[in-house]
Amino acid sequence: MKAVRVVSGPVAALDRASVDTDQIIPKQFLKRIERTGFGEFLFHDWMKDPDFPLRRPDFAGAPILAAGRNFACGSSREHAAWAIQEFGFQAVVAESFGDIFRTNASKNGLLTVVLPAADVRELLDSAPAAATIDLQAQTVALPSGRTASFEVDPGVRERLLNGWDDIALTERRAEEIDRYEAERERRGPNVLAL
Amino acid sequence: MLDKVWADHEVGEGLLYVDLHLVHEVTSAQAFEGLRLAGRPVRRPDRTLATADHNVPTGPGDPDDLSRAQLEALDRNCAEFGVRLYALGHRRQGVVHVIGPELGVTQPGMTIVCGDSHTSTHGAFGALAFGIGTSEVEHVLATQTLPQRKPRTMRIAYVGTLGPGCTAKDMILGTIGQIGTDGAAGHVIEYAGDAIRRLSMEGRMTIANMSIEAGGRAGMMAPDDTTFAYLDGRPGAPPDFDAAVERWRGYASDEAAVFDREVTVDLADVAPQVSWGTNPSQVAPITGAVPEPADETDERALAYMGLTAGTPLRDIAVDRVFLGSCTNARIEDLRSAAEIVRGRRVSEGVRAMVVPGSAQVKAQAEREGLDAVFQSAGFEWRGAGCSMCLGMNPDILQPGERCASTSNRNFEGRQGAGGRTHLMSPAMAAAAAVTGRLADVRELVA
Repeated sequence: MKAVRVVSGPVAALDRASVDTDQIIPKQFLKRIERTGFGEFLFHDWMKDPDFPLRRPDFAGAPILAAGRNFACGSSREHAAWAIQEFGFQAVVAESFGDIFRTNASKNGLLTVVLPAADVRELLDSAPAAATIDLQAQTVALPSGRTASFEVDPGVRERLLNGWDDIALTERRAEEIDRYEAERERRGPNVLAL
Repeated sequence: MLDKVWADHEVGEGLLYVDLHLVHEVTSAQAFEGLRLAGRPVRRPDRTLATADHNVPTGPGDPDDLSRAQLEALDRNCAEFGVRLYALGHRRQGVVHVIGPELGVTQPGMTIVCGDSHTSTHGAFGALAFGIGTSEVEHVLATQTLPQRKPRTMRIAYVGTLGPGCTAKDMILGTIGQIGTDGAAGHVIEYAGDAIRRLSMEGRMTIANMSIEAGGRAGMMAPDDTTFAYLDGRPGAPPDFDAAVERWRGYASDEAAVFDREVTVDLADVAPQVSWGTNPSQVAPITGAVPEPADETDERALAYMGLTAGTPLRDIAVDRVFLGSCTNARIEDLRSAAEIVRGRRVSEGVRAMVVPGSAQVKAQAEREGLDAVFQSAGFEWRGAGCSMCLGMNPDILQPGERCASTSNRNFEGRQGAGGRTHLMSPAMAAAAAVTGRLADVRELVA
């Protein structure tokens, strides 16, 4: 995973609440067995509408997406994070996110930033005015010149800042896992014995 | 209950051990590829179980090339990494959240994950079960653990008695209608109250299944005699069953347990529910009407659904009926629908199908003669799979088609681009099939 520290540039606005991952990447595109090739199908059905915000020419190439609350709820498909990233977004800002999407995004270096409703509103209303997200400082420089700060899980932040691979990090704790398995004598299904 | 299961599985700071990892074809290929590239094995194949469900055909005809490639990738990956697979055609194949419980590998006090948001289903047994993404699937395959931060807890307590014609599906739809699609975000729900204890395991699974539709990380229920009786004798049940039951009893929350949030749902207010919009909180009692839109989200939903505020729900005609999904395709669901269908015919112009949750559910239903009940009424009787719940296979709605569905999501395009989904219980879907419109099942059981 590539390290992320600062995402800066124009903001694209999708002012809708509870956008679900079925809209972000419809199911007919989940048949691929690769991690790539999803960007062109982002919001496939909504993109057919000429008035769909992400078709606005002034939003083209924006690295930041601002969205309504509960963004990317529903299905666990990581393809949603892959599609958003491949389309060109490096960060999504919203009042809240679907839990699973948020984790998926973090595994791919796609920033998800939770801001208070008023700050998200400013981004939505002033888009494509540019903003700057600084993960190190945990701040967002808003178009008005104000700076908002945001919370992020310290572990996730460190991983993103360093571009560390999760599995490699856990593998360093192999002894701990071995000990746990040995000590606790984990009961529970041996599915191979079925 | 969450605290107990969590403490029991914490390998160390922020790292949770996974007892059972369920795998299916759509969210696993990239994970296995990741292992292959890094030269990593599957750490515990004995705790990993795979099946093909999301993308399998349920009727005659072969899968398309892309689907076939995905199914073949699962075959290949499971063979290469030593993972037990119940592939299409196996007598134990089925929707992943149906087969875990029916095989008895879903057990109280366990941690269970799967690359599917409806993994919350398994919480009906008092397990901590949640959906994960593909990167996490790879992480669990490699390490049998997940970096996790403990979620907050939320108790939903049911008071009062469920009225006639109402089911677990009506309980959970009513609950989501009350708290919203992000009402439980960041929380693990514990469902409590006499009404939960009175439910069968099938009913409990329906409720736990839809925890994610309220934004919940997971949903749990205290294991009790109903849970133990369900598991007794199943192939995956522990050999020393009585000792296991003693241990399992300990997982129920203590009397003095404290939750971060408490919600009460009064069942006296719950009538048979149907959804009218494009998210599962947009529900109303069947006796009601399409509501006035409260905001832009509602307006968009009504436009998409082709509905006008004030229209009585019982005036809405349907084109299709889907009885299936990890929410409502277990044997009890098929029985309750068959009871309504028996002696009646699917309404002229309506296409109705039953997709059993697993090959075993299908076989059981056939032993009980339910297939004949459905088929003689004009239903299609299909093979097991996710089918039209998410429409990855050829079972999809055409644009503008309206469907009474026992599944869990009425999102735009979920069952096919332009398709319009109304969520409801199996008995209510059966009532819609035989009347040709959204109908109050209570009027059919007089």
